[in-house]
Parts: sequence; C-alpha cells; structure tokens
Amino acid sequence: MQVVLEGVGYRYGDLPVLDGISFTLPQGETAALIGPSGCGKSTLLNLVGGLLQQQTGRISTIGTPPPGCLNPLTFVFQDFALLPWRSVAGNVALALEHHNLGKAEREARIADVLKLCGLSDFADALPKQLSGGMRQRVGIARAIAVRPAVLLMDEPLSALDAQTRELLMEDLISIWSRERTTTLYVTHNLNEAVRLADKVVVLSRRPGRIKQIVTIDVPVAERQQPQHAATLKRLHDELWALIKAEAQVADREVQNA
Amino acid sequence: MSEAPLFAQQAAQQTAQQTGPQTAVAFRGAGFVNDTRRWAPWLAFALIIAAWETASQLGWLPALFMPAPSEVVRALHSLLLDGKLLAHVGASLQRILSGWILGSLAGVMVGFLMGIFVIVRSIGLPVVSALFPIPKIALLPLFILWFGIGEPSKIATIGLGVFFPTVVAAFSAVDNVPRNLIRMAQSFGLSTPAIVAKVILPGAMPGILAGFRITSSIALMLVVAAEMIGAQVGIGAFVLAAGNLMQIDQLIAGVVLLSLLGLTISWLLSLAEQILLRWR
Ligand SMILES: Nc1ncnc2c1ncn2[C@@H]1O[C@H](COP(=O)(O)OP(=O)(O)OP(=O)(O)O)[C@@H](O)[C@H]1O
Ligand SMILES: [Mg+2]
Repeated sequence: MQVVLEGVGYRYGDLPVLDGISFTLPQGETAALIGPSGCGKSTLLNLVGGLLQQQTGRISTIGTPPPGCLNPLTFVFQDFALLPWRSVAGNVALALEHHNLGKAEREARIADVLKLCGLSDFADALPKQLSGGMRQRVGIARAIAVRPAVLLMDEPLSALDAQTRELLMEDLISIWSRERTTTLYVTHNLNEAVRLADKVVVLSRRPGRIKQIVTIDVPVAERQQPQHAATLKRLHDELWALIKAEAQVADREVQNA
Repeated sequence: MSEAPLFAQQAAQQTAQQTGPQTAVAFRGAGFVNDTRRWAPWLAFALIIAAWETASQLGWLPALFMPAPSEVVRALHSLLLDGKLLAHVGASLQRILSGWILGSLAGVMVGFLMGIFVIVRSIGLPVVSALFPIPKIALLPLFILWFGIGEPSKIATIGLGVFFPTVVAAFSAVDNVPRNLIRMAQSFGLSTPAIVAKVILPGAMPGILAGFRITSSIALMLVVAAEMIGAQVGIGAFVLAAGNLMQIDQLIAGVVLLSLLGLTISWLLSLAEQILLRWR
C-alpha cells in the first residue's frame, strides 16, 4: 500500500506544529523521518496512523492491503507499549483476539511471529522479565502478526543500547525483505536513517516543513558492504549538515520555553 | 615464572612509589536497609501479652477495669462453646459482606464511568466531593426511617460508606492507566468495550485493590457503630451490652474478635493481590 500526504498541517491550539507536508511513500519502501526535537515527527506519524484527527491537507492510502491483513496501519512504539499483565504470547494475541480468525489460525500466527523475532522460548514470559531489546522484539512481533500494509515506527530503537540496536536493525531489514511492508520510520539517529531508509525526509524545526528529501540509492540489503561505506558516510554528513543548525536553534528554544 | 608473583611484584612496586601511612578502607554502608525480621512481631506480641498477664497476676492492674489475657481467652472459649460467638460474628460478617459487596460493585461501576466518560466525570466529581465527607453513620437514623430497624438500614449505611471511597479509588485508578497502552489498543483497532475489559480493568486493578483495603476497614467500623445503635446480635451489640453490664472480659473478648476479623480480611486481600497482581 502506498501512502500519500498532501499539504498536511497541524496545530495544537495556537501552536502550529506541521505545515504543508507533502510526499508520497511508495509501496514497499522505507522512509525515515528526521528533524530537530519538537518539530512534529510524532504528530505526523499519529496523523498517518489515525490516532490524531486530521486538520488541514489530506492523508490517504492507495492500493489494497496484502491478503490476511488485519490492521493496515500498524504502530511500533518507542516505549514498547506492552501490557505488563500479559505474557509475550498474550501481548501478540491482543492484536488478533478481536478479529474473526479461529483459534488454530491465531495460534499459528502467534507461533510464526514469535519464531521470526527469536521469541519462541519466551512465549510465556512476562514483559518485566525481558530485556529492553526483547521487549521491543515483542512490539515488532505484535505489529507483524496483523500483516500490516504500512508500519509506523516512532523511534523504535531509541530506548535501547547501541549493541541491541544493531541487532534489531538487522532483524528489521530481514523482516522488511520478507514482507515488503511500507514503512514510515521516525528517528533521531542518522545512522539508523542511513542504514534502513530508502529515502530520508528531513523536516525543519517547528513548525515542521519538508526541508529536503534525500534518496539513498544503495539497496538496504547491501548497506553493510565496504564498497558503499564512502557513499553512506557522505550521505550521513550531508544529512547532519542539513539538520545541525536547526537542531542547535531548537535545542535553545526548548531551554528558553 | 607464573603470573601471580608478577602481579604481586607490580602491586608492591606501586605501593613503594607512594610514600605515607597505609590505611585499610573501612566499611561504612551499614544500616538503613529495607528489610524485616519475620519473628520480631511475634516476639513483641508474646512479650506484651506476657507482661500484661504478669501485671494482672501481681494485682498491678485493677481486675474490674482490665482483665488478664487468660480471662479473655476463657471468655472467648465459653462464647465459642455456647454458640454465641458464631451468632455474633456471623451476623456482623453477613452485614459487612452484603454492604461491602453492594457498595464496591456500585462504586467500581461509577468510578469506571467517571474515568472513561468526560460527561460522567464532570457531573460525578463535584457530587462525590459534596457527599464524600458526610460521616455515613449520621445517615443511619434516616435509613432506619426509610427501611426500618432491621438489616437493610445497616447494610445501606455500610454500602454507602464503602461506595464513595471506592468511587474515588476506581476513578483515579482508571485515570492512572497509562495513556500509551490505551492508544496502543486503539491503534490495533480494539473496540471501546474491549479496551475497557483488556486494558483499563487490569491496569486499574492495583488501585482498586488498594481502595478495597481502605473500604474494608471502613465497613468494619460502620458495622460496629450500626450494631451499637440498633441490633440484638452482632459484635457491636455484644460489646455494648458487655460494657453496660460491666462484663469487662466479654468486652475485651469482643474487641479481640474485631481485631481478628480485621486481620483476616486484610490477609484475604493480600492473597487476592498476590494472585491478581502477579505481573507486577
Ligand atoms: N498533546 C499536545 N498538546 C500540546 N502540544 C503538544 C502536544 N503534543 C505535542 N505537542 C507539542 O508539539 C510539538 C511537536 O511535538 P511532537 O511530539 O510531534 O515532536 P517530535 O518531533 O516527535 O519531537 P521529539 O523528537 O522530541 O520526539 C512539540 O513542541 C510539543 O511540545
Ligand atoms: Mg516524538
């Protein structure tokens, strides 16, 4: 499924947060959304996911969801948002229970995604027993259990340590290559953007406008190969140059407020 | 040459470089630990009762006003034998249970509605604030006029006394369920009833159970007060009658029964917490 944003704007009361955001996210591509703190990235993601009421502009999807899709627009949250009283399997089940699936199919789906995310041995564990990385794996497993057409990820790795982040990035890449899910990925981390995204949407500081859209031509699966290192480094520096000044101003703004 | 002597040599060299007196580092992190001794309360209880018994035996406590623990035990024993104990405790327990269950059910329901629906909250909060501070026992005469002197007036008093704190506990418990969990459920397309059942109810359970602790002691207090105002059986009526007849051992026996009843209720609630909140 393809996501189209046309002139999207948003304000919280008197505070304009987003202004004139237009871009198209083609089927199966990953777009990273970067920009200084408070520029409206989470707001934009919540608008796309239907958790916030749209104000100006139009957000639409084009195409039919893949077969077996239960929840076309599906979130992965920064703070994982797991129910602490449900086991790992129970948390995945939450996304399926209210659909007319039948017990066998539901259990097969749960077992499938737990296996895919390396959680099979932890099906009965409670979230409090898991490390941060494992908790986010549960969040990802829950998201892919509904076979989403579009994944909406709000800084999914930012609560994790650097090594865990590396591991989960590899998991994400392998999941995307299997499912060909369209993904909108908010991050603060330029390394994540350069590693995972087909294109990077750079927002200005609040009110967020699109400053530039940088396309990364190196296939995601090949980004680790040494011959691309120089290209990716140059892209990283280019992105940093784009947001550095904005980030400095935004940083001071927050402190004055 | 093995490694150990080499390290020792290096350490010795480093000591040698630094001149001055050598002092061992003293441990100063003792105390202030969050820990309890399970035997300590039992020992304290035993000591207090032993001291009390000794004081009574030696005649230091006037027998007319403070009976010895052994006499209280004897009184309890004879109450148990002639079946009065069961009658009084049974009557009180029945009133507590029916009043508490009614008040809790209604309170949790109203608290949930206030936590979920803006309009119910806007109306409910001021109403609850206005009615909460009324000492519910003051309404017993009114309930006696309405329902007669029998059980319903007592149960209504207890129920009402339990209702308001339950509303407040349930409302704030619902209010404290993390918003991000509710938004997560919405993002997966769960219906409102499903969100209430699968996210809000379990998420509010700790707060609701904490409220039950408070309301159970309120119920105990109100049952005694109500029974003192108008009842033939029940621990409150029993204690009042014993006081009027100067049967001090019976009176203390009744108070001990109340304490045991309170302990049992709180133990049951701990059990419920252990089972229902295992995930914490
Ligand atoms: N519910 C709200 N009410 C009022 N203002 C809000 C609300 N949510 C966010 N804001 C403000 O809107 C602006 C954008 O918020 P948003 O969370 O979308 O930013 P962000 O780009 O995701 O920031 P971050 O990088 O820190 O996550 C911020 O200035 C924030 O303070
Ligand atoms: Mg954000």
